[in-house]
Amino acid sequence: MALIECIGVRKQFKTGVVAIHNMDLSIDKGEFVFVIGPTGCGKSTLINMLYRKERPTAGKIFIGGLDVSKLRNNKVYKLRRRIGVVFQDYKLLSRLNVYENVAFTLEVLGLPKDEIHTKVLKVLDLVGLKGRTKNYPHELSGGEQQRVAIARSIVNGPKILICDEPTGNLDPKTSDEIMEVLEEINKLGTTIIMVTHDIDIVNRVKNRTIQLDNGRILKDYAKGTYNNESSKNS
Amino acid sequence: MRAVRILSRNIRDAFKSVFRNFSLSLASITCITITLIVVSLSLLLTFNVNNFTDKVEKNATIVAFLDKKITEEEKETLRQEMQKIDNVDTIAYESKSEIQEKMMNESETYRNIMSGWSEEENPLQDTYLLKVKDVDFIGETASKIQELKGVGTVKYGEGMIEQLVSIFDLVRKGSYIVVIALIVVTAFLIANTIKITIFSRRREIEIMRLVGASNINIKIPFVIEGLVLGLLGAILPILLTTYGYTAMYNRFDGKLFSDLITLIIPQPFIFQVSGVLILIGIVVGMFGSLRAVKKYLKS
Repeated sequence: MALIECIGVRKQFKTGVVAIHNMDLSIDKGEFVFVIGPTGCGKSTLINMLYRKERPTAGKIFIGGLDVSKLRNNKVYKLRRRIGVVFQDYKLLSRLNVYENVAFTLEVLGLPKDEIHTKVLKVLDLVGLKGRTKNYPHELSGGEQQRVAIARSIVNGPKILICDEPTGNLDPKTSDEIMEVLEEINKLGTTIIMVTHDIDIVNRVKNRTIQLDNGRILKDYAKGTYNNESSKNS
Repeated sequence: MRAVRILSRNIRDAFKSVFRNFSLSLASITCITITLIVVSLSLLLTFNVNNFTDKVEKNATIVAFLDKKITEEEKETLRQEMQKIDNVDTIAYESKSEIQEKMMNESETYRNIMSGWSEEENPLQDTYLLKVKDVDFIGETASKIQELKGVGTVKYGEGMIEQLVSIFDLVRKGSYIVVIALIVVTAFLIANTIKITIFSRRREIEIMRLVGASNINIKIPFVIEGLVLGLLGAILPILLTTYGYTAMYNRFDGKLFSDLITLIIPQPFIFQVSGVLILIGIVVGMFGSLRAVKKYLKS
């Protein structure tokens, strides 16, 4: 079984709007997948269901064999410990410094202090922020804040990293730097699903790209076959 | 080991959080303080009113004036018969010479009049003074005593005592309702203030959920924080209760307006009231937090 498996997934909101129509999707371990599409096509709803912020109305979602669609509210933490999530707005705690923000994940899991220290420094080194441990989020640039968010989401070694427009607020140069970090994480074995509007990144990286439209998969481009022409339609 | 680490982290974070979010914590603490002061005042008032009414009720006495020709033996039989009546609690005997002595000690006028009376000339009557177990049935008990052989007349403050008892009953029930209503309002007020505090930290809760904190892991620091807020909020009301009540007691010498209304002795009363205040502060603080945080554990 693939690492992520969506079978006949449908999501209808209470308002009656159907965001996802009978979607089948399979993502293997170690993949780096882009999800693209116009605003309102269901990208965010899809990833919200992957980390169980939303439940599908019908169908099943398996993450590493765990049936996410059946997961009860008080058991969601079991899933969240297996996956990391990164957002466009970073979602950092402003009252905690860089080190504390990253350590937060491990403290919540109850790891010993020494282990937390080692892991946090290692991951901050990976995202290139080893020298900024004492800084607070407001003292960092957008790119640096996003690196902290990425560090926080991967510090406990999740199998999957979900990124919801992680470069949405960043300039092209900083976006490229963030992509380098993400690619590095992917090389270390983490499966990444990234929602983006940034066609330049998609074209440059040439990974598998899933194009959504109106809650359906319009095209599923295999690795390296994505081209500018199709992106113009998205 | 892991659980201990998580718990100690939760306790540390709860204290940190109270000071980190100082302005909001202060708002909660102030709200708890003010409402607990009101609760404290109503508790002090209620218990004192109850104490006073209890005292008056306990002091209600039936006076049975005995026939002039009653013999010592008949008096004893009468006492035994009185004791058989269910509602009779204690019986005290006062001979007419004892009453005469008492009255003479009470007033100079009585002394002048009564000092010349010999045992035979004394027109007063020997009496039995009876305390009842339940003042509600004092009238009935008095009638039963009246029927006994050897009893002349029976007095117990007819009419007035029943009226007083029913008024006291009303005051007592009313004060309980007021205290309970106040506690409910307090709980509501505190819970809502804490809700606002937690609303400002919903992002923190969201991130905790995101990084894999279980619901119980998220709830515990907030519940402990509620407990800390409740404790801190109870400090001033407790100090005011302890020192304020003791000062008032000493100032009025334990009596209010007249000798009839005596105040409850401060110790251990103030400690009991303080205990209730701490309990309300802690329980409401904890449950207020719990209720508020639950709302954000749904996504």
